[in-house]
Amino acid sequence: MTIDWAIVELAIPLLFAGLYTTVRICLLSIVLGAVLGFVLGLAAFSRSAVVRWSVRGYVDFIRGTPILIQIFLVYFALPGLGINLSEFWAGVVALSLNAGGFIGEIVRAGINSVERGQSEAAKSIGMTGRQVLIYILLPQAMRPIVPPLTNELVNLIKGSALLSVISVYELTRAGQAIISTHFVPFEIYFLIALYYYVVISAVAYLSRLLERRLPVW
Amino acid sequence: MVAVAAPNGATPLLAVRGLTKRFGNRVVLDGIDLTVTPHETLVVIGPSGSGKTTLLRCINRLEQPDAGTVAVGDERIGERDGRPASETYLARQRSRIGFVFQRFNLFSHLTALDNVAIGPRRVLGHARRAAREIAAAQLERVFLAEHMDKRPSQLSGGQQQRVAIARALAMDPQLFLFDEPTSALDPELVAEVLDVMRDLARGGMTMMVVTHEMSFARQVAHRVIFMDAGAIVEERPPEEIFTAPREERTRRFLAHFLR
Ligand SMILES: Nc1ncnc2c1ncn2[C@@H]1O[C@H](COP(=O)(O)OP(=O)(O)OP(=O)(O)O)[C@@H](O)[C@H]1O
Ligand SMILES: [Mg+2]
Repeated sequence: MTIDWAIVELAIPLLFAGLYTTVRICLLSIVLGAVLGFVLGLAAFSRSAVVRWSVRGYVDFIRGTPILIQIFLVYFALPGLGINLSEFWAGVVALSLNAGGFIGEIVRAGINSVERGQSEAAKSIGMTGRQVLIYILLPQAMRPIVPPLTNELVNLIKGSALLSVISVYELTRAGQAIISTHFVPFEIYFLIALYYYVVISAVAYLSRLLERRLPVW
Repeated sequence: MVAVAAPNGATPLLAVRGLTKRFGNRVVLDGIDLTVTPHETLVVIGPSGSGKTTLLRCINRLEQPDAGTVAVGDERIGERDGRPASETYLARQRSRIGFVFQRFNLFSHLTALDNVAIGPRRVLGHARRAAREIAAAQLERVFLAEHMDKRPSQLSGGQQQRVAIARALAMDPQLFLFDEPTSALDPELVAEVLDVMRDLARGGMTMMVVTHEMSFARQVAHRVIFMDAGAIVEERPPEEIFTAPREERTRRFLAHFLR
């Protein structure tokens, strides 16, 4: 097998343009997903059973359906609701809704992992359930949350490749465009894999740094 | 509510009536009646599993009793005007009952000062500065002025338990509940905690103390209750119960400690 180096040279900058979009989408989605996830994770401890069951239902739906289908649902359902988003933003919304479900579960589990004596002590000085959650449990849950949260970011980056199906010009889509004109699938897919790998490794590295800096009590 | 007279005739600060708790079909508290008068120190002793911890936890509603009532002053805990109290109201009632745990349960993400300040700040609604001033004063009271900025993991067990006492004191409680406050401590650290408790008792705090420190009970308690199998077996002043226990079960239990 011979490698077409000319195409590789041509592809590198084009793929960078796609990677830029991938990174932007993933950053936006992880931030929005984290906001949604923390809201859901805290709401899982609501006193209202309706709220708790709604959270449960949402998380189960996100975990129990393929992300590809979720992307299509958002992409095709939003215009029906009178919301017209570009492919880019439809992609961000879909990934955020997906990440939010998973992060909600991560936050819930993190809060649950805090030792029971902590919330009992907080109650004993007169804190309400909400105060216990905000001032005592959530701060202590941050460290156990970081590793699974990074894992979720990694999943999000991988999942963003699926946005190519709704023509978001991200890394995978950019590669496919090159393939369709030059027909060099191996070289391009290998390059794409390399790009993803580098980004994901960087994320993993940063997460380990962050984890080390978070205090152990 | 009709005030029930305590043994010495004073109106009780704490009145427990018919308190019953089951875990599954196991009766852990079997209709407990007891009172504590203002400024009194009541010590509760009894074998492991007799229900001492559960009794304290039912008093401040960390555990929901199956039957019976708990009144502090003229308020029934967990009730408001005869109906079940809202969560916020119950939290308010709890804030006036100090609770000291066997395992300290300090907030591990906060310094000693913040452990004590967080109650005045978040529950009593004081400004940050005022809350910290209260906290500093209470930490001084338990001789921890030099350790305010340390986290629980940097403190010895005895210091942690004293921070826990300061944390409860900062809420200005009417009543103090202690659940074996020294039994998780190394022997050489027990005295510093008992000293603080003794000072509190001498200062007129109303206290209910579960402990196996019999010399503390002898010196500090006004009354001692011996519990077994979820019931009160014997209830008498320390000088009597330790020297001449009436019940065979009390005698057998005390024999382990007083030889
Ligand atoms: N949450 C719970 N669920 C089920 N059983 C419980 C629970 N808490 C306590 N028990 C049981 O209730 C009984 C009384 O327990 P409790 O902790 O009140 O005893 P104790 O007198 O404090 O004992 P110790 O001296 O060992 O602390 C024990 O048999 C215990 O196993
Ligand atoms: Mg106990």
